[in-house]
Amino acid sequence: MTSVMDVPADIAPGRLSPREYEVNFDDATPPLNRKQALIEAARCYFCYDAPCMEACPTGIDIPSFIRKIATDNVKGAAVTILEENIMGGTCARVCPTEILCEQACVRTAQEHKPVTIGALQRYATDWLFDREIQPFTRAEPTGRKVAVVGAGPAGLSCAHALALHGHDVTVFEMQPKAGGLNEYGIAAYKMTNDFAQREVDFILSAGGITVEYGKALGRDITLAQLRADYDAVFLGIGHNAVNALRIAGEDLAGVSNAVDFIAALRQAPDKSALPVGRKIVVIGGGNTAIDVATQSKRLGAEDVTIVYRRGPESMSATGAEQEWAQTNGVRIKYWAQPRTLVGSGGSLREVEFEYTVLDEAGRLAGTGEVFRVPADMVFKAIGQSFVPSAVGEEGFAEILEFQPDGRFAVNEDRQTSLANVFAGGDCIGGIDLTVSAVQDGKVAARAIHRLLTGS
Amino acid sequence: MANLVSNFVGIRSPNPFWLASAPPTDKEYNVVRAFRAGWGGVVWKTLGEDPPVVNVSSRYGAFSYNGTRVAGFNNIELITDRPLDINLQEIKSVKRQFPDRAVVVSLMVPCEEESWKRILAQVEDTGADGIELNFGCPHGMSERGMGSAVGQVPEYVEMVTRWCKQHSRMPVIVKLTPNITNILGPARAAKRGGADAVSLINTIQSIMSVDLDVMAPTPVVDGKGTHGGYCGPAVKPIAMRMVADIARDPECQGMAISGIGGISNWRDAAEFISLGASTVQVCTAAMHHGFRIVEEMADGLSNWMDGKGFGDVKAFTGMAIPNYVHWEDLNLNYKIVAKIDQDTCIKCGLCHIACEDTSHQSIAALRIDGGRRYEVIEEECVGCNLCMHVCPVEDCITMERLDDGSSYMTWKEHSNNPMRREAAE
Ligand SMILES: Cc1cc2nc3c(=O)[nH]c(=O)nc-3n(C[C@H](O)[C@H](O)[C@H](O)COP(=O)(O)OP(=O)(O)OC[C@H]3O[C@@H](n4cnc5c(N)ncnc54)[C@H](O)[C@@H]3O)c2cc1C
Ligand SMILES: Cc1cc2nc3c(=O)[nH]c(=O)nc-3n(C[C@H](O)[C@H](O)[C@H](O)COP(=O)(O)O)c2cc1C
Ligand code: SF4
Ligand code: SF4
Ligand code: SF4
Repeated sequence: MTSVMDVPADIAPGRLSPREYEVNFDDATPPLNRKQALIEAARCYFCYDAPCMEACPTGIDIPSFIRKIATDNVKGAAVTILEENIMGGTCARVCPTEILCEQACVRTAQEHKPVTIGALQRYATDWLFDREIQPFTRAEPTGRKVAVVGAGPAGLSCAHALALHGHDVTVFEMQPKAGGLNEYGIAAYKMTNDFAQREVDFILSAGGITVEYGKALGRDITLAQLRADYDAVFLGIGHNAVNALRIAGEDLAGVSNAVDFIAALRQAPDKSALPVGRKIVVIGGGNTAIDVATQSKRLGAEDVTIVYRRGPESMSATGAEQEWAQTNGVRIKYWAQPRTLVGSGGSLREVEFEYTVLDEAGRLAGTGEVFRVPADMVFKAIGQSFVPSAVGEEGFAEILEFQPDGRFAVNEDRQTSLANVFAGGDCIGGIDLTVSAVQDGKVAARAIHRLLTGS
Repeated sequence: MANLVSNFVGIRSPNPFWLASAPPTDKEYNVVRAFRAGWGGVVWKTLGEDPPVVNVSSRYGAFSYNGTRVAGFNNIELITDRPLDINLQEIKSVKRQFPDRAVVVSLMVPCEEESWKRILAQVEDTGADGIELNFGCPHGMSERGMGSAVGQVPEYVEMVTRWCKQHSRMPVIVKLTPNITNILGPARAAKRGGADAVSLINTIQSIMSVDLDVMAPTPVVDGKGTHGGYCGPAVKPIAMRMVADIARDPECQGMAISGIGGISNWRDAAEFISLGASTVQVCTAAMHHGFRIVEEMADGLSNWMDGKGFGDVKAFTGMAIPNYVHWEDLNLNYKIVAKIDQDTCIKCGLCHIACEDTSHQSIAALRIDGGRRYEVIEEECVGCNLCMHVCPVEDCITMERLDDGSSYMTWKEHSNNPMRREAAE
């Protein structure tokens, strides 16, 4: 009998027809047309003190923008959205609305069917983007200079707001492209037609922002230098490390970080050139686990299994996301933790898991019983983190305060322990979402503007 | 099963649902389809003298509200644009095929006795059950001294009605225009002229919308528009008030009423009938959904009548009229206040903002442990019903009676009324 160990790993590109790749990486939720949008907008009650609005991390005036759609004032709707959330276009595509605005929508309470706020938001912002309208004008230059590190949602949101106030903003970005995880992380079928770059272009076209690409804090620039050269600094550098499994076999060929695979996938112009395993195991329970599993399946992997050590309700991926993976043919196995990555000839062949339960004290514990899942590839998606030492060769820790998990400690203005240094997005924590990163950038920009103008 | 059979001034039909004189009744083809679908009767699209009128292309405008299509409808069509003898032949043919249905012919000819005399003889020859005098068309025809130009002058209404009664043995229904200050003027004139019945309303003069790119009223005809006739669900309240005014007018007693205006379902029909109509006519709803709607209308009316124990339509015709009183006869001691069912409230805040901004500041917006809660302040509430109407949840806000119903005082007796009647000792 041949065991799985004797069969060589099957990792190959081009598993599907060109048409299949096209369909699999096209818009997962197609946009509304005008008629659909009008009908959906008419479902909104135009609530007073609207619960949806409170549930949006950027506080978009949802009843107002929906009413504008309903009256065919789509430009007005788009401006209402973008005034609070300059990445309203991306958020319309990527927000887990089922735990945000749409969960709070009174129609959810009434009939389990919220107004589809995200889809309407997309309708309005697409309308503006399609017409290449720039609704914002920059104030007279103030001569004040701000450095922003990281051109992700947090950084760009902050840069845009400051630039509109007339301040000159320089953004330092280590990658060759701006957008952060909009460009390198979010699932491809949520961000079709190069939307991340179209949005970046839109944000930059308001003027007042210069982006220095290929410039990394800690390598090409230092915080001390920025503080000396600029009136204020905003740090929006996201996560910079991936949690390790800390089990045997992590260095086998076929074992990689989910975020690296996703970044490569997002950057690949031709998805058929991407090698993907026939059997895939994903370890983790978040967004990233869902996305890497679903996208591998859509690249043609045969069996994809997500293994998570607790139950469905503990997963940080929402119920809707878990369901999405499952409808894509991904199997989700709950209550098991990885023990060993088993290889043959340097290549991964199997993953050994141990069943888990909660003990009397409510702590997670292994049962001792194990099982193995064959795998050509394993993706690690057990979380990302921020490691200050990676950006602070000059002794970051001595000048800045950190949270216990290593992220920057900030006050409600997103101000760090240094008066002219602010931070936001994934590098300060909270709920790691695009929309909250945008909010952080916006809030910090307001505080920086006050600081610079003494107002 | 309730009996829906109708006898309207001697015109029999298996149910009280007629199609109003309009495009659905313009041709034998349509009317045959309508009868097959179950309509009790039709008022044939208005006939005139030859040569026939000419219609424009681009004829209808519609008002869609909050995603609801055709909440209101208007048209700039004229009377039939087909030759008179073709219409007459088809009327004859239809009546022969459907002897049990009501076939009434709508007429509009110049205001001269000879014209009316001539056409009445021709219509009588078809075997039609009755005639309806179109004194209502608000556009195109009135400019030619017909339609609402006649309907707005009571003396003409009376004169033409009399001619028709003199020169024909058919029942005469006078169709009234709503484009008038007091509907009782022409209604009473019809009665004096000997009319068997009135039907109302015809369409209301209207500009449907303005095309802001073309800068012209819609429907746009080559860059220009004109006023048209408004109908459909939006006009129902106006029509019902006019019907009820006639139904309770002592001078109009003895004249039957055919109710028209925005009727789309059995409930609309039941409302018109309760206000004194004994048949109802439908146009827009059929133009919107096709003839099949009559099934629901007949079935719904009959089920409702069964539930209420009404054996036939007559049993509740005009039943709401004794309760349609003048304002000064309403009980000022009646007192209701709003009550919110907290279990079904979805916290939309609409009741609060409506009352706070535009009414009596009687709904408090509270936050309890961060959660929203809306509460009625009973002492402030005047019982206006506004919150109940704006609340999107069925039966979440109800109006509860506070007074014990023991005393009845109208404005006529109220101390603030300088002209009050002293209570009889
Ligand atoms: C796979 C995946 C899928 C996701 N899907 C969703 C989703 O569907 N919906 C949602 O709301 N959120 C999603 N998220 C989370 C969301 O993308 C992040 O919360 C958001 O991008 C955080 O924004 P940010 O600006 O803080 O960081 P980032 O987007 O990470 O941007 C940080 C930027 O800083 C740059 N940078 C980093 N270090 C340095 C340095 N030392 N010097 C210079 N530049 C530097 C980076 O190159 C990057 O451009 C997802 C995340 C991942 C990983
Ligand atoms: C397109 C159109 C044409 C009409 N033509 C006539 C007509 O020729 N004669 C007439 O008496 N009423 C005419 N009407 C008025 C209808 O008979 C009816 O009185 C009116 O539409 C109100 O009923 P509704 O709300 O059910 O449509 C017409 C209405 C429409 C919409
Ligand atoms: S809660 Fe729902 S219905 Fe109310 S304003 Fe928001 S989207 Fe509209
Ligand atoms: S009935 Fe009128 S006054 Fe009373 S609570 Fe409602 S809106 Fe306010
Ligand atoms: S309008 Fe109705 S549902 Fe909305 S808050 Fe008031 S009572 Fe609740």
